[in-house]
Amino acid sequence: MLTNPLTKNITGKNIAADIASYLANDGYAGWRKALTMEPNNIVTLVKDGGLRGRGGAGFNTGLKWSFVPHGEDAPKQKFIVCNADEMEPGTFKDRLLMERDPHLLLEGMAIAAYAIGASIGYIFIRGEYHLAAERLELAINEAKSQGLLGNNILDSGFSLDIFIHRSAGNYICGEETALLNALEGRRAIPRAKPPFPQVSGLWGKPTVVNNVETFCNIPHLVALGVDWYRGLGLEQDAGSKIFGVSGKVKNPGTWELPMGTPIREIIEQHAGGMRDGLRLKGFLPGGGSTDFLGPDHLDLPMDYDVIGKAGSRMGTGTIIVLDDKTCPVGLVLNLSQFFARESCGWCTPCRDGLPWIVKVLQRIEDGEGLPEDLDLLREQCQRIGPGKTFCALAPGAAEPLQSALKLFEQDFIDHITNRCCPYK
Amino acid sequence: MSSLLEPEPIEVMEHSNSDPDKISAILTDEEKLEIDEEAKHYEGKSSVGLEALRIVQKHRGWISDNSIHAIANYLKIPVTQLESVATYFQLIFRQPVGKEVIYLCKSASCWVMGCDQLQKHICQSLEIKPGETSKDGIFTLLEMPCLGDCDKAPVLMLGEEMYRNLDEDTIDTLIDKKKQLHADKSTD
Repeated sequence: MLTNPLTKNITGKNIAADIASYLANDGYAGWRKALTMEPNNIVTLVKDGGLRGRGGAGFNTGLKWSFVPHGEDAPKQKFIVCNADEMEPGTFKDRLLMERDPHLLLEGMAIAAYAIGASIGYIFIRGEYHLAAERLELAINEAKSQGLLGNNILDSGFSLDIFIHRSAGNYICGEETALLNALEGRRAIPRAKPPFPQVSGLWGKPTVVNNVETFCNIPHLVALGVDWYRGLGLEQDAGSKIFGVSGKVKNPGTWELPMGTPIREIIEQHAGGMRDGLRLKGFLPGGGSTDFLGPDHLDLPMDYDVIGKAGSRMGTGTIIVLDDKTCPVGLVLNLSQFFARESCGWCTPCRDGLPWIVKVLQRIEDGEGLPEDLDLLREQCQRIGPGKTFCALAPGAAEPLQSALKLFEQDFIDHITNRCCPYK
Repeated sequence: MSSLLEPEPIEVMEHSNSDPDKISAILTDEEKLEIDEEAKHYEGKSSVGLEALRIVQKHRGWISDNSIHAIANYLKIPVTQLESVATYFQLIFRQPVGKEVIYLCKSASCWVMGCDQLQKHICQSLEIKPGETSKDGIFTLLEMPCLGDCDKAPVLMLGEEMYRNLDEDTIDTLIDKKKQLHADKSTD
């Protein structure tokens, strides 16, 4: 039974699986099968499979697709868009998938396009991912030459063109409505929701935006079915996932593992545990915009709802480890500087609140913090929290800060009372 | 209004990398061809603004006021609309940069692995601050959000090439290599 659908074509060598090797390993089997199915049945299959968005939000992918209007009154032109703007701090999974197995992404996008009735797809890739963009470009041409993309695909009457859009920086482009504005040639500022992109997206047409890894789950889910897919997960969530670990561990890297794999197994077995002489102080389970968890949480499974109940988010599933010789205040300052710089400037809590947080954290780190600064930071976290801002950037920025203030409170206090950073 | 949409073409001059006055306000045939090719992928030319900026920057090194006018004129979009895009994206340079742009990852994983120390080292050896270009015009140092290579932190990108698991020695070697390359070029 196949247990590594996302990485089965990825070898130790830094080369992309070409069309010949991809086809030889059952490539495009899901696409061929999909073309024999009713589009609606594919949506149902993906919904029942329990695939949840791998970009971080964890929304049921099939359900997201089901909001696209269809029937005679629905707009004829629809779009499928791949969010390949991987820029979440500490996240390095989509790069791997695009550089090493670009056809898997194309196949997933093709199936999604057919399911929602889109004839044009865009891969919105961050400007820094040159190699991934080149390899995808090559793969698109290969797929076209085999009649797997383009006009009248495999004589089905269905046509699909996929284009690559190379972006030019800015974290906020990962927010799907900001991404759509960028694709339209505007400033990447998030849009008000509703209407959601599924109803009114790119150029006002129904549009589905999914993450790279989400698309990569589709081909095998369609080819091998719901029962196989659900059976991959160890706990509640279905499928497998690329998990990663960075920080001062012995063997940082990425591994495809079942959903629900315990965090301890990921950090201690796969990443080899902490480097000699270091202790794990805490970790961000899914990128820079997730709440810190501590050593007590190591036995939790990497499942969306479990990590959610523990007070954080599984996010992108790429763990950043904080060791006991690295300053937690410094790390939170670094993250806050990132979010402050990446704010699009549209709404006040984010535009003004984040630089304020940076200023306060900087003075604490410099040994000039005031006793009342901790309450000030806690208040700020409230003010930039969910519901107070236009999009999720500022609430995401609050997550590592608010959790650090709880988990590492003593470190903040020591900075203020000792009037210096104890880690320097 | 017509002046907004169609700026008076400024006299065509030979373009140099850094003197804004010498950069043409008219696109070359090659630039136009590449923009037209990208425009085929979108509904209407106005959507291709960012691609056009990238293409022109590839040829001219950066985006001057004249280049903004040239692109806006060609795409028939307001200069202000294009400028709002050009100033928004980090990888579009509205001022001249060095021949080699160092994109140093400053994100969480690289920070844990010591990117601040590396940044200090680069700044000292090039005698610049982040965002500045070295006196010899070769290097520009930019601080970047996560470059997505976190298991090999600390990392940087130079041009389009990634450099991983960095320390001060590997950075010195890299800088020396590039300096040598440009010294050779200038004596050719």
